[in-house]
Amino acid sequence: MAVATSPAAIARIPGLRVVGLVWTLLRRYPVIPVAVLLIVLVIPALFAELIAPHDPIDGNLRARLLPPAWTDGGDWSYPLGSDRQGRDILSRMIFGARTAALVSLAALAVGGIIGSVLGLVAGYFGSWWDHIIMRLVDINLSLPLILLALVLVVLFEPGTATTVAVVALLLWSRYARQVRAEVLTLKEMDFVARARVAGASNLRIIFRHILPNVFNTIIVLATLQVGNVILLEASLSFLGAGIPPPDPAWGVMVAEGRDFIVTSWWLSVIPGLAIMFTVLSMNLLGDWLRDYLDPRLRQL
Amino acid sequence: MVPQSGSAEGQSPSAGGVGVSPTTSRAGGWEQGRPAKQVTKNNSMQRYIIIRLFQAVLALIGVSIIVFTLVRITGSPIDVLAPADATEEDLRRVAALWGFDKPLWEQYVLFVGNALQLDFGPSIKFQGQSAMSLIGNAIPNSLQLAGFAMFVSVVMAVPIGVISAVKKGTPIDMIGKLVALLGQSLPPFWLGIVLIWIFSVNLGWLPVSGKGGFTHIILPGVALGWFSVAAFMRLTRSAMLNVLDSEYVKFARIKGTPEWRVVWKHALKNAAIPPLTLFGIIAGIMVTGVVTLETVFAWPGIGQLALTSVNARDYSVVQGLVILISAMFITINLVVDILYAYIDPRVRYGGGRG
Repeated sequence: MAVATSPAAIARIPGLRVVGLVWTLLRRYPVIPVAVLLIVLVIPALFAELIAPHDPIDGNLRARLLPPAWTDGGDWSYPLGSDRQGRDILSRMIFGARTAALVSLAALAVGGIIGSVLGLVAGYFGSWWDHIIMRLVDINLSLPLILLALVLVVLFEPGTATTVAVVALLLWSRYARQVRAEVLTLKEMDFVARARVAGASNLRIIFRHILPNVFNTIIVLATLQVGNVILLEASLSFLGAGIPPPDPAWGVMVAEGRDFIVTSWWLSVIPGLAIMFTVLSMNLLGDWLRDYLDPRLRQL
Repeated sequence: MVPQSGSAEGQSPSAGGVGVSPTTSRAGGWEQGRPAKQVTKNNSMQRYIIIRLFQAVLALIGVSIIVFTLVRITGSPIDVLAPADATEEDLRRVAALWGFDKPLWEQYVLFVGNALQLDFGPSIKFQGQSAMSLIGNAIPNSLQLAGFAMFVSVVMAVPIGVISAVKKGTPIDMIGKLVALLGQSLPPFWLGIVLIWIFSVNLGWLPVSGKGGFTHIILPGVALGWFSVAAFMRLTRSAMLNVLDSEYVKFARIKGTPEWRVVWKHALKNAAIPPLTLFGIIAGIMVTGVVTLETVFAWPGIGQLALTSVNARDYSVVQGLVILISAMFITINLVVDILYAYIDPRVRYGGGRG
């Protein structure tokens, strides 16, 4: 096996060389996923108004269902084509990037903070706190959350805030579980005992002494989850339980194009590709960050 | 242990893949690695099972309370039930008929009592049918789809995982990882649409949607199954790496057993244990996928039923669905945890289990 890993062995299989090279590059230079992310997600999200060539919501009915510019009948003023209402796909994608970034960051922040605090409390105080919080985690993990999300959206007005709340509800338990497990070992350590002897209050011990030690875990978990959160938001929007339709969101775009897949493939295929590249690069970045910050977290 | 190998071992960051799996709980650290107390196997096993059963029942009670409250704050179901021109008197009669006039706790007790007998009341949307009969018709269809997806997933993941482990570090290993990672990055509902576009519309090989013969299940099954390939494959790979390093595999090699036999028989048999625990997590992922894919492929399962019921505010069906699926999750995780504790005694002594 040692022989097989040598570059010479890779070079012997010409067809596989490129794949191997790409993979090595991706692994060694996580800048590549970051760059893809920047191009696909962050820059469009930040400068949507400046970059987008058309309005994402008001369409031009005379330019309906235009194919992408490089195909027959395409028009370069609509580079990725237009939809049934004459809205530019590229512009909607750019504003959709903003939606995806906003929803996933907000949901991760809300879910991450709630979950981490609960995990800290459960791990540090133990006994009843621990029992109650961990049973809540059990309940959270056993509910079919996608169904609950559908119910919640009927309950509240669909929109960005509701979507964020629903996604956060799906996320917090993971943090609670992981942070609690780490706190259980941390709180037995000498530095915690010494802080206590020095007269530090429980709150101070939790937030000044224990929290910094679980911070890496929280960050790694969050990075590993971004991709999934984007997928979740897209799934919810696809089902009509996320971002409500006229607003641009990738999941909504895939759903709107679904009935036109025979005649106008680009409506669904292009936004789906954007979701795929974003999630893929986020997953690669998360993998790398985990190994870089703390290889012990491999099983996350 | 696993030598410095790539990096992608272990659990994947899967959607809702926040499982009750013992693998996650072992992150608690080294202390769980050694038996803390000298307890006989039988006793500790019994204690563990009792505690887990108790926790499972608690979770079920929690779920029932949440469902009960949620449905009641969603707005009064009476408004949906009664016609728009109903008088006060009519409304009161409808409320009495459905038991909405009783105090909340009494309604809850009644609700739990009925739920235990799998009675969730009549469906509000489909007149004349009970919620349970609707759910009962939908569940086998969804299980069929999920089961086939699971099969696709294992058939794809196990060979990739085993070959990746045997050829660790080679381009073959990398292709395997890329295929798996790609699957995890594709939104299943989108993959479904693209598969329809390619195989049904352009090539005309497979039916577009609906439920029928075997050909109908191929596309939704692949779209759903591919998503879990990454998780299965990573676990198979790391388990295989562990096993391939063990003494008995070396012994089998020294004995002169052919390499394919060592890999596919001796090693794989023992590496199959850890992926088992993933079952609970995958079940969670599957439900999300099932709901979206059933709408894409017009598959008459629980996903479609859930979507129509929620939109029609058909509470009895929604309640029943949420409770039954939760009960299923809880049971799956309970069984997996107990099996795992049976196989790996460290879990029993852990105490660190959430």
